[in-house]
Formats: sequence, C-alpha cells, structure tokens
Amino acid sequence: MPWTRDQMAARAARELQDGFYVNLGIGIPTLVANHIPPGISVQLHSENGMLGIGPFPYEGEEDADVINAGKQTVTALPTTSYFDSAASFAMVRGGHINISILGALQVAENGDLANWMIPGKMVKGMGGAMDLVAGVPRVVILMEHTAKGEPKILKSCSLPLTGKGVASLIVTDMAVFTVNPSQTPSLTLIDKPDDVTIDAIRAATEPDFAVAL
Amino acid sequence: MSKIYPNATAALAGILRDGMTILSGGFGLCGIPDTLIAAIRESGVRDLTIVSNNAGIDGTGLGMLLETRQVRRMISSYVGENATFAKQYLAGELEIEFNPQGTLAERIRAGGAGIPAFFTATGYGTEVAKGKETREFDGRHYVMERGIFGDLAIIHAWKADTEGNLVYRKTARNFNPMMATAAKITVAEVEHLVEAGTIDGDHIITPGIFVKRLVKLDHVQKHVEQRTTRKRA
Repeated sequence: MPWTRDQMAARAARELQDGFYVNLGIGIPTLVANHIPPGISVQLHSENGMLGIGPFPYEGEEDADVINAGKQTVTALPTTSYFDSAASFAMVRGGHINISILGALQVAENGDLANWMIPGKMVKGMGGAMDLVAGVPRVVILMEHTAKGEPKILKSCSLPLTGKGVASLIVTDMAVFTVNPSQTPSLTLIDKPDDVTIDAIRAATEPDFAVAL
Repeated sequence: MSKIYPNATAALAGILRDGMTILSGGFGLCGIPDTLIAAIRESGVRDLTIVSNNAGIDGTGLGMLLETRQVRRMISSYVGENATFAKQYLAGELEIEFNPQGTLAERIRAGGAGIPAFFTATGYGTEVAKGKETREFDGRHYVMERGIFGDLAIIHAWKADTEGNLVYRKTARNFNPMMATAAKITVAEVEHLVEAGTIDGDHIITPGIFVKRLVKLDHVQKHVEQRTTRKRA
C-alpha cells in the first residue's frame, strides 16, 4: 500500500529539526503540523505576517484578524509575533526560514518546480510560492506521486516554473527522493513504503534514480 | 490642520479621478479598507489600476469595484476566490499583472522608500522574469523589479491618534504599513481614534507622516474567508 496523506505528512515531518522556523504550504503540507515529532519544537511561519501559528480556534472563538496564509482562522501561541508582509518576506527571501514544505504539479530531476499555473486554465496567481522556493534553503516537495496515472516527477517540467533548481527533497505516497543535480542520476530513492516495490516506483517516475535505502 | 474626516466619502473628496492607481491594503479579506472601497464604488470613478495582494471575493472588498467594472488593471499575487474576476479576465475586460507576493510587498516598500528598483532571486528563470533585467551577484542570478508608487493608498488600521499615528491588529497588518508609505495621498480607515499622546510612541507602527487623512469607522464589519475551528475536548 502507498502511504496515506497522513503518513506522507508524518514522513515529511521527520525532516524538521528542533528550533526550525517552518513554512507549510496549503493541502497535504498543512497536515505536517499534526505530525511534529516529540521532543522537537518548531515555529510555523505564515507569509501573511505571523510567526508561531496555533491550532484552529474553538467554535465561537474565531478572530477575523488572526488568519493563516490559506485565509483560515487560527490561534496565537505565547511565542507568536505579527509583522507586515515586507518583513514576512524578508524572513523568506533572506534565508531565515529553515524549511519550506509545499505541493507541486510537476518536479524535474534537476529540482525545477512547477506548481502555480496550467496554461489555458484560469490562473489564480503564485501567491508566495516563488518567494518561498527562491529564498528558503531547504525546499521539500510533498505531493501524490502521479496525477491521473501520469508521473509528476519528470525529466523536465512542461508547465511554467515556480522556481529553477529549487527542490531539495521529494516526498510522495510511493517514495522519498533526494535531489542533487551535481550527481548522475540526480534523484536518489532513500525511503519508501515497505510494500511498494522499486519496480513500481520506476514505472511511476519518468527519470532514472539511484537507490540508497 | 486636522486629518480627521467625518466619513469615507469626505475623506476621499477631491482625490479620486479616472485612470488613477490605487494601492489597497489587506490580505484576503483580513485588514481590508472595506468602507473606503465602498466609497470609491459610490464615486463611480473608472479605469482604475488597483495594487492589492488579492482581489476580494464576489461582492466583498475589491469585489465591489469589479462588479461595477471600475477596475481596468490589477497588480496582485493571488486572485483565486473571485468568480467575477475570472469572468471579466477571460472576456478580456480586465488586465492582471501577477507578482510573487514577496516581490509585490518589496516593490511597495521600495516605492515608498524612494528606491526605484531592486534585485531579487524570486522568479528567476520563470515567466515573471520575462523582459526584465537580470544580474549575477556572488554567483547567484537575480531579477530587477521596480518600486511601486501610486496616486492613492487606502488602508485599514486598528487604532489611530489624531496625529495619524497608526497601530494595526494581529494579521490585519499585512500590506497596510507598506502601502501607507507608497502613494501621493494615504487615507486610513480606523476602528478606534484617540487623542495624540495616548498611544505609546514605541508601539506606533505607521508614523503619522505617512497618513494624510483619517476616518473613524462607525460600524466595523469583519469578514472571514475560511472559518476553521476545532471541537472542544
């Protein structure tokens, strides 16, 4: 069985280290907050201007002035700080956020990432994704391995890019790859669900990869 | 000279004209200058260029100006939640310039600080870098982005004093402080108005020099886009 969304999030959460400042994207990456390993303390960053994101509020305690980047109502923690959008992206662009975990439409073996537009469809905009992948030193892609049976890990992205050579690690429901474009092949399989075979992963992945389980 | 105006229409009097560029604070529907937007709608001013992270939702926030087709061009980072926007865009009636969110924030900050352009790694090698100057610094590639300075900035703050010094509340701060600096005239709507000297000078986020006109809101209606809660244990 491939990993469930929660198992994928838990696997991505193992990349967190004590003291990290962390930005989580929308979708499966949001679930990572529920799987932070015991003994590890991290601060979650939300690009709309909040560091230290608490859980959702109890019903009736929502505050319209306390939202995350997904525009969801959240709560503050004793560690929380608020700041403007320019300061928020100074944290991102300046390399002060340790890790960014976000979804993707496509990832290439050279680390290129596409996650913001599909030509011909209504474009909603990139939000903070381009800033995050350009500025955060470690970018973890957390996504389903395939879309409608087609590989999302490719030799090169066909969709417009969000960033060039930005992905450090790819976590899917079938595999975990490191991305190192200075090596050949640049992808290395370092983890997988027990009962997913390497052949099955090769069949669902366009580029070649090394295996170091 | 008093900065206090009795209502939003009075606070915008003599400023609005067709084709102007307006910066509008807020993130989603959080910290948006709703009452000033409503007054702009009532004024009937047209062909506006609006700089705002988002475009509101249907009928709310900047969605009000889209419904009346007063906007010609948007400079934004994300416009997902707006069917009116999608319809007008697909019909070719509305232009959109997408900016990465951090680039948008920095363009406004730079514009307000008298900085005409800056270099950022954000967007290098992507569509947003097309036609823009690039340069290598210390082995890394950067894209040149221009500062933004508008005709008018409309912002929402939590508290003002009569001098125009502003304090924001929690994540309703977002783009408001930068926008306050980046236009010929900044008009702020505020939830609370107190006498000058009442706010600790160390706690002021936007100094009054950036704020030309103020209006205290009679009714504050805040919007939640995604109401998410947890069950009590």
